[in-house]
Amino acid sequence: MRDRIRKLIAERKVIAVDVDSLSDSADLYEAGLSSFASIQFMLALEDAFDVEFPERMLTRKTFASIEAIDRSLSELLTERV
Amino acid sequence: MALPSRTIEELRAPAERMRAVAEIAARHSADVDREGRFPREAIDALKAERLMAVMIPTRFGGEGLGLLEVAELCTILGQACGSTAMVYAMHQIKASSLVSHGGESPWHAGFMREMVAEQYLLASATTEGGIGGDLRNSLCAVEVKDGRFTLEKDATVISYGLYADAILVTCRRAPDAQSSDQSMVVVKQGDYSLAKTTGWDTLGMRGTCSEGFRLVSSGDAAQIFPQPFSEIAAQSMLSASHILWGAVWFGIAADAVARAQAYVRAAARKQPGSVPPGALRLAEVVAMLQDMKASVVAGVVRYEAALKSPDELSSIGFAVEMNNLKVTTSQRGAQIVTHAMLITGLSGYKNDTPFSVGRHLRDITSAAIMISNDRILSNTSNLLLVSRFDTSLVN
Ligand SMILES: Cc1cc2nc3c(=O)[nH]c(=O)nc-3n(C[C@H](O)[C@H](O)[C@H](O)COP(=O)(O)OP(=O)(O)OC[C@H]3O[C@@H](n4cnc5c(N)ncnc54)[C@H](O)[C@@H]3O)c2cc1C
Repeated sequence: MRDRIRKLIAERKVIAVDVDSLSDSADLYEAGLSSFASIQFMLALEDAFDVEFPERMLTRKTFASIEAIDRSLSELLTERV
Repeated sequence: MALPSRTIEELRAPAERMRAVAEIAARHSADVDREGRFPREAIDALKAERLMAVMIPTRFGGEGLGLLEVAELCTILGQACGSTAMVYAMHQIKASSLVSHGGESPWHAGFMREMVAEQYLLASATTEGGIGGDLRNSLCAVEVKDGRFTLEKDATVISYGLYADAILVTCRRAPDAQSSDQSMVVVKQGDYSLAKTTGWDTLGMRGTCSEGFRLVSSGDAAQIFPQPFSEIAAQSMLSASHILWGAVWFGIAADAVARAQAYVRAAARKQPGSVPPGALRLAEVVAMLQDMKASVVAGVVRYEAALKSPDELSSIGFAVEMNNLKVTTSQRGAQIVTHAMLITGLSGYKNDTPFSVGRHLRDITSAAIMISNDRILSNTSNLLLVSRFDTSLVN
């Protein structure tokens, strides 16, 4: 899952820096994730994983790191099955 | 100026103190507006009434007022002089960032105590040459070496920059940081120099003296807020700005409506038994004013509820509502004042009658461009690609 997230970040050019230089827990906002890009990235994630983020997950924290995104996505995917 | 020092118990209620200041502000509002000068008398009165640090928590010597109470103070002042009220609101917005984010940092805690003792006036330098009002991006960067910082900014708008005791400056966190990876620094008088780059001969809000400056500063690295600016913006600054601006604009609109009502009543007295022609429009404009008031109050209630959870404060749904508060109140305010002028007619259009609303009209036009509504709406439109509006009436 984390690899797919990383691939999406790179493909969609979500941040200006090379995603391979970031650890799973690195702060994406510090890496230059803007408010606009974070929404576009959420949409890309929803599309790629066929999920919809509920309102309660739409906070800065959910998208703060690759680890955090992984956690939220896993929660949504488990809920589904 | 030597300030009378009083214990909190000796102070009258904040609203009562503000009404005394408002009287002074009203007396000078026409001159402040005409000359485009700093409202010195009213700001001195605010300091003398010890109204500058009311939001600072009691543990640092302040009165610990919440945003609703401060919004009420802005509205009272807004009915007297739009520029003075906007200066006060912008100062309190800076104070709210210190209250929300400075308590755990010894330097900022000490600064809050100083604010209470000295009744400092705080200014803001977010706008930057090449960036404009895009709050969440900076070109300039703070540089830290051996525990000291240096920071230079092409600050194209700093309201009352020349009259402030300290300025809160946004910048990139470090010279190699991304433009959205920002910090905020408190620079105190003595830490900085300002070289004027642009003037402030404007349509309205003339007394805010929002000139442009080249700011050069240095100081103790501890003056940099420990949190990233993104957090400060999301959790305190955006909401405080939109709520307190809305409160000022509501005050301006309310005074314009009061003048329109006085005009209609005067007409009614002259022709007993008949309802003057402006009365219908007055009914309409009062409904609009009530609507605007509801928006501001709902905004504060929403903010105070969100304060209980940091997650809620940084949620997208909350950001959408706070953005909308600014767009709605700025538009409503302008409609209301325009309406008041239709009611008062030539008497309102003239600058020298008791029914004049020219200053109100010019001041309120700043609302739509004070961070352009188009910029805010385009930001909201992006958020609404994922967030849904909360349709419950009771949360
Ligand atoms: C009374 C007053 C006091 C102020 N005091 C201060 C202060 O103390 N400190 C400070 O730092 N700043 C201050 N400002 C400046 C303020 O913060 C904004 O920088 C300023 O209002 C410019 O707004 P803007 O960036 O949206 O417009 P600009 O960046 O100047 O953009 C110009 C125009 O372009 C359009 N536009 C820009 N971006 C977008 C977008 N994304 N989508 C759609 N359209 C767009 C809009 O039509 C906008 O009006 C003050 C402004 C006013 C009116």
